[in-house]
Amino acid sequence: MLIIKDLHASVGDKPILNGINLEIKAGEIHAIMGPNGSGKSTLSNVLAGRENATVTSGSVLYQGKDLLALAVEERARQGVFLAFQYPVEIPGVGNVYLLKAALNAQRKHRGLPELDALDFLALVKDKMKLMEMNESMLYRSVNEGFSGGEKKRNEILQMAVLEPKLAILDETDSGLDIDALKIVANGVNSLRAEDRAMILVTHYQRLLDYIKPDFVHVLVGGKIVRSGVPELAHELEKQGYAWVCDEGMGVAEVQPKS
Amino acid sequence: MSNTTSTLEEIISQEYQHGFETSVEADALPRGLSEDTVRVISAKKNEPEFLLEWRLAAYRRWLEMTPPEWASVHYPPIDYQDIIYYSAPKSQKDGPKSLDEVDPELLKTYEKLGIPLHERAILAGVAVDAVFDSVSVATTFKDKLAEKGIIFCSFSEAVQHHPELVRQYLGSVVPVQDNFYAALNSAVFSDGSFVYIPPGVRCPMELSTYFRINAKNTGQFERTLIIADRDAYVSYLEGCTAPMRDENQLHAAVVELVALENAQIKYSTVQNWYPGDNEGRGGIYNFVTKRGDCRGAHSKISWTQVETGSAITWKYPSVILRGDHSVGEFYSVALTNHRQQADTGTKMIHMGKNTRSTVVSKGISAGHGHQAYRGLVRIARAASGARNYTQCDSLLLGDKCAAHTFPYIEVKNASAKVEHEASTSRIGEDQLFFCRQRGLSAEDAVSMIVNGFCKEVFKELPMEFAVEAQKLLGVSLEGSVG
Repeated sequence: MLIIKDLHASVGDKPILNGINLEIKAGEIHAIMGPNGSGKSTLSNVLAGRENATVTSGSVLYQGKDLLALAVEERARQGVFLAFQYPVEIPGVGNVYLLKAALNAQRKHRGLPELDALDFLALVKDKMKLMEMNESMLYRSVNEGFSGGEKKRNEILQMAVLEPKLAILDETDSGLDIDALKIVANGVNSLRAEDRAMILVTHYQRLLDYIKPDFVHVLVGGKIVRSGVPELAHELEKQGYAWVCDEGMGVAEVQPKS
Repeated sequence: MSNTTSTLEEIISQEYQHGFETSVEADALPRGLSEDTVRVISAKKNEPEFLLEWRLAAYRRWLEMTPPEWASVHYPPIDYQDIIYYSAPKSQKDGPKSLDEVDPELLKTYEKLGIPLHERAILAGVAVDAVFDSVSVATTFKDKLAEKGIIFCSFSEAVQHHPELVRQYLGSVVPVQDNFYAALNSAVFSDGSFVYIPPGVRCPMELSTYFRINAKNTGQFERTLIIADRDAYVSYLEGCTAPMRDENQLHAAVVELVALENAQIKYSTVQNWYPGDNEGRGGIYNFVTKRGDCRGAHSKISWTQVETGSAITWKYPSVILRGDHSVGEFYSVALTNHRQQADTGTKMIHMGKNTRSTVVSKGISAGHGHQAYRGLVRIARAASGARNYTQCDSLLLGDKCAAHTFPYIEVKNASAKVEHEASTSRIGEDQLFFCRQRGLSAEDAVSMIVNGFCKEVFKELPMEFAVEAQKLLGVSLEGSVG
């Protein structure tokens, strides 16, 4: 589904990604872990098409197509979803309105009829139960006045409604207490599917106790320095990131020049 | 970011869509202004002596006045001798008796503006007093309103049939010497709307006027007078569009509202006059005096305006809160794009006891747009228990526009409560990215965000106007769910 080859990207003049290689198949969940500043969020942003990061070389194939050539909304309509680390607030725009507009924009793109208000409400209320969300949140402005946990649940609700093919969850666990984390994890787990791939970007092993990845990758200095099975995450938790750095993975030479 | 900026620019650089000209033979005076011009206008309209005298007095005052220079707008001086002060479509001369007699060219014009008189009026239950240049061409539903004793007609007709009402109220809210443009209007006003709601009557439909400036170099000097007698209620809608022009055109209207005891007037405006092209050529100069007088106790006047057009806007719909417990409201969305300039806001003059006012102003600046909110809240010595709440929000699109806020607050009574809140924000790159990541086009995303920003004002508009306002801001309808 997704093949990343030797991807380099900069933010401003500063190289952040220094040759990422990664292949993700449908149905798989990949966790990407790494210390602060290792390039995790930049990788998420590059895949979603945010313009603050510039790809300097390399390629990304998504369902056989050149992902980097597509505009942000094109990627979204073809099934790429990013759950934001810091969900933005949009005053005056109802949560339900945004969701309906987004879903219908995507349906239109796929040649499906747009859902009317009633069908849409039925769909979204069903998904809200899954996220244990109060219906009143539908009618509040997007993320305005939401608690940290509510914002993250709202992101997963959007994912549940939009049913993406490739979901990138950027530090969805940050700022969540244990109860909220379980609800979010439940939501994500229920969205596991044969035809859907997920990338979990996280600092901590904690999230992976609830969402079991198929593979774990460690990102340091803009490069994947180690890939392995889920047990790698436990090892990391015990030993810290210094462990992979110290093991002579050639980390020093790929540290961003600052 | 570059991509975001270019999309924004694309959206905000769209051309004006109402630029067409109706070819109707016009009966016009030559350019220029003198006492004779005033006399001719008055004579053409067969006005009673008192009105001619009133006009002449205004003209003489105007000669001694100078245009205001304190507003934050810039334009070359206007040559008042180079303006045509009276123009009436010729086919209009005998006056149409019904819609069938209205020049089909005129009706087509309205249709292009999206207001087919027949259907729209009937379906929407809106009585339309359509002003085409200087003479009202069609007034619908007049009979139905007359049953309730409501007078809704062109100003000229009111002068002929209800001179006592005109005489009693004309200039009683905006006196001739009020300001330069009001004095000019008083001298040369051509036509406008007149509404009188008798005591205890609730007007059963929204009354509506569509203004349209058509003939070249025609100054448009509308005069509107709305009186709600004791315990009466009326909601009035005003819509304005003008065709594309190279020369700047002056529009100096005066609107006076009078609310007697326990009466309510709701006045809504959607204005999208030609704003000029991307370089700032052409466009309407909109120098308007709008004022309401809450003359009776427990009366209420609300102004709601959506201003997206005009090259220059100078406009402060105000309320004089004279009656005890009276209420004044001002809800405004103003959009300046390209080279548009707007200096707009309101004045809330609290004179009665326990008077309350609310001001919500939403300014959107894009392109090289330049916008100022200018508001005055005055609490007079006698106005004990007065309260005001003011909220001014500015939204910036792009990095070449400007927004200013000039709030003036004068409080002479210690029991007053006056609140002022202001904010300035930019459509965030992160908001746009978020919406696009969910599959919306950048254009839809901008519309949605702007629409959300204006929501508090739009919800004050009558339904059909709210839809039009949202369309005007290039947004799709929100609220079909929830």
